[in-house]
Formats: sequence, C-alpha cells, structure tokens
Amino acid sequence: MTALEPPLALLAELTHRCPLQCPYCSNPLALEKAANEMPTADWLRAINEAAELGCLQVHFSGGEPTVRRDLEQLIAGATAAGLYTNLITSGVALDAGRLAALIAAGLEHVQLSFQDSGAEIGERIGGYQGAHAKKLATARLVRDAGLPLTANFVVHRQNLHHLTEMVDMAVAIGAHRAEIANVQYYGWALKNRAALMPSRAQLEEMTTTVAAARARLEGVLVIDYVVPDYYARRPKSCMGGWGRRFLNISPSGKVLPCHAAESLEGMAFDNVRQRSLADIWLRSEAFNRFRGTDWMPEPCKSCDRKEIDWGGCRCQAFAITGDAARTDPACGLSEDHARLVELAAGEAEAAADGFVYRRYGAAG
Amino acid sequence: MTERTIIDMASIPRLAPHMRLRHDKARAQWTIQAPERSFVLDPVAHAIVSRCDGAARLDAVVADLCTAFPDAPRDVIEKDVVALVQNFVDKSVMQA
Repeated sequence: MTALEPPLALLAELTHRCPLQCPYCSNPLALEKAANEMPTADWLRAINEAAELGCLQVHFSGGEPTVRRDLEQLIAGATAAGLYTNLITSGVALDAGRLAALIAAGLEHVQLSFQDSGAEIGERIGGYQGAHAKKLATARLVRDAGLPLTANFVVHRQNLHHLTEMVDMAVAIGAHRAEIANVQYYGWALKNRAALMPSRAQLEEMTTTVAAARARLEGVLVIDYVVPDYYARRPKSCMGGWGRRFLNISPSGKVLPCHAAESLEGMAFDNVRQRSLADIWLRSEAFNRFRGTDWMPEPCKSCDRKEIDWGGCRCQAFAITGDAARTDPACGLSEDHARLVELAAGEAEAAADGFVYRRYGAAG
Repeated sequence: MTERTIIDMASIPRLAPHMRLRHDKARAQWTIQAPERSFVLDPVAHAIVSRCDGAARLDAVVADLCTAFPDAPRDVIEKDVVALVQNFVDKSVMQA
C-alpha cells in the first residue's frame, strides 16, 4: 500500500436540524438532537486540527448549517486556519444581514440546493411552502455580494423531466456551476427509493440532455453530473476511496469516512471530542477498515480498476447485501448486480409517488 | 455571464473573485482553491497564474515568461499560456 496521504477536505455537518424534509436527505435515519450538537469551542478545535492535518477546504453542511448561530465564528476560525470555506445550504433561512456577516467572516462560496426548477414540485419534495421564492432571493443576495454560486439539483423520477429548465435556471440566477446529482440510495433515500428511482431509459435521456447542455454552455456554466449508479457498469469511486481524501464530522463529533457511514451497522466511529483528528485519521479502526485494497474480496482484489474505484461504495454494499465488505452491487462484476438492476427497473415501472419525509422520529 | 470569453494576447486575466492561490504545505505544492475543487499547479502553471494580476496584458505575461524561461521557444510559451488561461476562464477560475 502507498503511503497514507493527508485528507483534502473536511465536511462539517454542524447540525441535523433543517426546515426542509427532503425524502432523499443524506443524513442518517437516526437524526442527532440539537442537545447533542458539539459546542463552538469543540468545532473550532476540530477545524484547526483538520487544517494542521492537511485539509485545504471545509464544507459547512447539515442539516441546515445556518440554524447554528455560531456559524460566523466557525467560518472565521476556518479562515484563520487557512481553510477555503464553503456553505452548503437550502437558502430558506438566510437574509442579507446574516449573509454579510458570513462573508465578513471569510465565506468564499455558497452551494444552494433546489428541489426542482419550479415551486410546485420543489416545495412538495422539500415539504416547505414558500421555499422556492426564498431560495431565489438567496441566490440573488449571493451573486450581488460577488460570491461564486453553485446551484445543486438532486434529480430523480419525480423531477427529471425538468432537467433542461434546471440548467437554464442555474444560468439565469448567475450560478457558475450546476451540480446535477442523481439520488444516491442510502438512509432516507433508500427508504424512499420506490418513489425516486428512474428507469434506464429516463437515465439515458438525462445523460443526453446533460451532454447537450454542457456543449451549449461551455465557458458559461460548469455542469457536474452524478449518475444513479444502479445502472452503471462499474461502481463510483466513492469518496475517492475510504479514508483517502475526506473526513466527515457529524453534529455530535463522530468522525466518519463519509456522510452515510453511520448506516453501516456494527461499525464504531471515534469522536473528535475524545481523540485527535490526526489519530483518528491515521490509526482508528474505522478509517483503516476499508482503506486501500487489502480488505477487498474477489472480484475486486484482482481487478485492474481496484485503485480507480477503490471497490466502490461500502454503504451501498451494506444496504443491498447486508455485508459492507462485499463488492459494491453497482459493479457489473458483482454477483448481486443483476438483482440490483432488476430491483431498480421494477420500482421505476411501479411508479409509486408517496414519500416518507425526513423528520425527527419519522424513520420508525 | 452568458457568453464565453475568448482569450488572446490582448486579454488581461486575473483570478476570479474568491479563487485563492494557496501554497499547500502538507504536499509541498501550489494550488488554486476554488469552490468544491482544488487545482494543483505545476511550476509552469504557477509561473503563469502568478503573473496574471489583472494589470498585465497576456503578451506582457508571455514576454516576462520568455525572460524567465529562456530555453523555451516563444510560440510554445504563447500556446501554453493561452490554453491554460482559456481553460481556467472556462471554469470561472479566472476572468479576463
């Protein structure tokens, strides 16, 4: 195995509280209560440790990170530590004064989520009336302040017919970048998969639309596109490899190799309040469990792509097979792949549209 | 921004607002920190980007690089500079 590199970025999930209730939320089903959130001083220490360890960027996320009243302090701390700061927000709770305070503290970029190109479907998905207009107002504030803006669209069967409108909206609001991300099916999204999963034909149409938009908008809008990997031939390089590039800290201080890792039953994750970030990164059992290639089963172990996709996604392997150490079922070489594709196609065709909304206590 | 900016020798490029030229101590290399991405600059790329200060025209940048790298032919430098700056402008990392 090559020498262990330092992490590139920290995803700081400050809180699980959020005014929206998107049924594909990437937070775990067991949402952390406000009372268990780390206090300011612990977050500041963790952020400093991340910078010392080699992180270059910090992404403030949630939940909705702006519900934390100390966000300005955390951004200022990150900036002082030399980190490039990014705010990942729903944009429904941000006014001009607050945004100015965040920018004064050193905020460099905003990623703003949209649940659709229009209010009707978007607000049904987010479960928040009036969200769309607030998001558009936030986009204007961000651009008026001269900050670069990324428009994030999570796409699925219930909004993918608006893909062209989403791209056009990103241009219209002055975004530099659009992230068109198909839902990844863990946690809440797994629970709601039957209501979200597109068909293979829909996926192919989406991919064609994105390619055309990229060609049309070269030099105007950068489009990042994440495909639903159920229909892929080979798995995604999840997080660029387990414990290779990214650190995630949960609201209560648990240090995770990815934001979905808490879905892996039976794994224990160290807390940054009890152990230093460097020690966790280098030596913790959780970070070393699926790091590199030594843990891999066949067909991964002898695959020539094992250092390209790093075995794909552990959370997906666990979600589909109950064993986190199995080959990612998204891979065409996995024994479980045919079952995965069949399952996706069946759900897409059944076309159920009801959601289990992301709420405290809703997961059952 | 609704049209692509095309780079030529009369362009006056600079880093876009909130793009940061940062030295990465842990990996001993220059980078540009940009929204949710990071560009590693090799020594040539760093030599180009660090000269694009929003005041110098690109032909002046090229002339300066010709002095700094006397072994490299001017037409090669010019081609490299335009390609690099156009690429960064297309990605909103630089402006001109």
